[in-house]
Amino acid sequence: MTPLGPREDGAGLAPRARWTAAVAAVYAGQVARARVARVPLLFVAGLQSIGLLVLLRGVVDDADVAEKRQVVAGAVVLVIAFVALNLLAQRFGHLRAHGGLDYYAALGTPPSAVVLGTAASYATFAVPGVVATAVTGALLYDLPLGRLWVLLPVAVLGGAALAGLGATLGLLAPKPEVATVAGQLGMTAVLFLGLVEPPGALRPVAALLPSTYAVEALRESFAAAPRYGALAADLAICAAVAVVALAGAAAAFRRAVRR
Amino acid sequence: MTPVAAVRGLSRSYGSVRALDGVDVEVGAGEVFGLLGPNGAGKSTFVRCLVGLLAPDAGSVELLGHDVVRHPEVGARAAAYLAQDETALADLTPPRAVELTGRLRGLDAAEARRQRDALVGELGLADRPIGKLSGGQRRLAAAAAALVGDRPVLVLDEPTTGLDAAARRAVWAALERRRAAGATVVLVTHNVLEAETVLDRVAVFDNGRVIACDTPGRLKAAVSDEVRLDLVWRADPPLDDPTVAALAARAEQSGRRWSARLGADEARVALGRLTSGAAFAALDDFTLATPSLEDVYLALGGRARDLEHE
Repeated sequence: MTPLGPREDGAGLAPRARWTAAVAAVYAGQVARARVARVPLLFVAGLQSIGLLVLLRGVVDDADVAEKRQVVAGAVVLVIAFVALNLLAQRFGHLRAHGGLDYYAALGTPPSAVVLGTAASYATFAVPGVVATAVTGALLYDLPLGRLWVLLPVAVLGGAALAGLGATLGLLAPKPEVATVAGQLGMTAVLFLGLVEPPGALRPVAALLPSTYAVEALRESFAAAPRYGALAADLAICAAVAVVALAGAAAAFRRAVRR
Repeated sequence: MTPVAAVRGLSRSYGSVRALDGVDVEVGAGEVFGLLGPNGAGKSTFVRCLVGLLAPDAGSVELLGHDVVRHPEVGARAAAYLAQDETALADLTPPRAVELTGRLRGLDAAEARRQRDALVGELGLADRPIGKLSGGQRRLAAAAAALVGDRPVLVLDEPTTGLDAAARRAVWAALERRRAAGATVVLVTHNVLEAETVLDRVAVFDNGRVIACDTPGRLKAAVSDEVRLDLVWRADPPLDDPTVAALAARAEQSGRRWSARLGADEARVALGRLTSGAAFAALDDFTLATPSLEDVYLALGGRARDLEHE
C-alpha cells in the first residue's frame, strides 16, 4: 500500500466515456438487438393493434366520428405501450435478475445513459408498428391521413413517458416474473382506458396514465379542425411525465446496482 | 513490488454467510495474479469488491492508488472486469459486443472498430448472436469484450471456463501479450492447469480466507516431500492384496481412479510392490507425479472437490 494513502487525482485512470457518447452507444447496442428479437419488437405489437382495429370496425358506429378517432388513436398508442412499457419492463427485469446491469456498472456507464439509450431504442422499435397501425386505422375508419406527422412527437414523447415507466417497473421488480406481470398490467390499462372513451368513474384513473394524453393528442390530429393548443398541451404533459419517469428509472437503476 | 491493487482486511457477508473474512492481497505491476479455490470460496466476491461493484463490510481496496471503497466509480476507469456471465450482450454478435464495450469504455468510433477487428482476428470470434453460440464461444466473446479499451488492470472471473484447448490457449496468449504491454492481470480460476501455466503468483482461497499466497513453484515446493500416485483399475481393485488395501485407506477414490499423496520413498515402495505383484494385472494405468497446486491445496486443508484438472 502506498504510504501516502489513496490518491485523489485521476492519475493512471482511463478517461470515462462522454455522456452523449454513452447514450449513443447504448442506443446503438440495443437497436442491434433487433436483428435477433425483431419478431416481438417490430411486428407483434403492430399485429395486435391492427387486429383490434379490424375487430372493432364491425362494432363502431360509422357515424360516430369521435369514437372512430378514439379507437384508432388508442390502437396506435397501444403499440407504443406494448413495446415501450411492456417489453422494456421485461428487458430491465431480465437484466436485473441475471446480473446484466453489472455490465454497465462495471463499465462506469451512467445509469441515466443506460435508461435513456435503452428507452430511445425501444421507442424506435415501436415506429414500424405505429406507422402501420395509424395508416391502417385511418384507411379502415375513413379518417384523414394528412396530419400523421403528429405521430412523430406522439411516438417520441408518449414513448419516452411509457418507456420511463416500463424501465422503472422492470428495475424495481424483485423478480423478472413480477416485471413481466407489471408490464402487462400496464399495457392492459392502456388498452382498456385508451381504446374506447373510459366511463366517468374511470376517468380519474385514465388521467394518471401518460398514454391518455398521447391518445388525446393523436385523436385531436384526426379532427377536421384540430385544436393545436390542446394537442401541444397533451404532448407537454407526456414530455413532463417522460422526464420524471426516466429520472425515476435512473434512480431505480442506481438502487438495483447499489454497492 | 509496486502494488497495482492493494486489499487489506476485506470482509463481506451475504446475510449470515461470510463470503470474505479479512482478506489481505497485494498485486504487483505487470503480474498475472491468480485466485484459486473451489466454488463458494469467495473469489468472485473478492473481484467484485476489487472493481467497485460491491461494497465491503470492512477493509480497504485500492486500485492504482485510488480508494475504490470511497470512490467505486474509479474501478471502471482502472480495470476491465469480466463477470461470470454477460447477460447484457446475449443478443449481439461478438464483434458488435466488443465494439459496444469499447465505445462505453470511452473509445471513439474509429478506435472501437479498429480494436474490434484486431480482437476478432486475435481470438477468432464468431459472427452470430452470442446467445446462439456454444458456451465456449460465448465465453470467448465475453473475454474479448473485457480486453477492448486497454485498461491497465484486467480482472477476469473464470475467463476460460468452457473453452476448448485451442481457444483457452488463445486467451492465455492474449493475456500474455497484454501483460508484456504493461497490463496487470487478476484472474479467477478453479482450473489447476491454468493456474500452473499462466500465473506468476496465486492466492489460494478457502471459506472466504486466503490460506496461501505465493508463486506456484514455491507453493509446490512447500509440499515437495510428497508425490501423487494415481491408479486406474480395470475393474474392482484386489483389496486382498495388502499394498492395495493399505492404499485404499489413504487414496481419494473416484470410480476406478484412486489418487494418493505419499512420501517419495513410500510411493516408490508401493509402486514397486504393485507392479511386481498380482495386483499389477488389475491395473489399467498408473502415474507417479510431482505435486500440483491441487496437492498444495489439499495439504493446506482445502476442499479439492471443485477444482478442475483439464
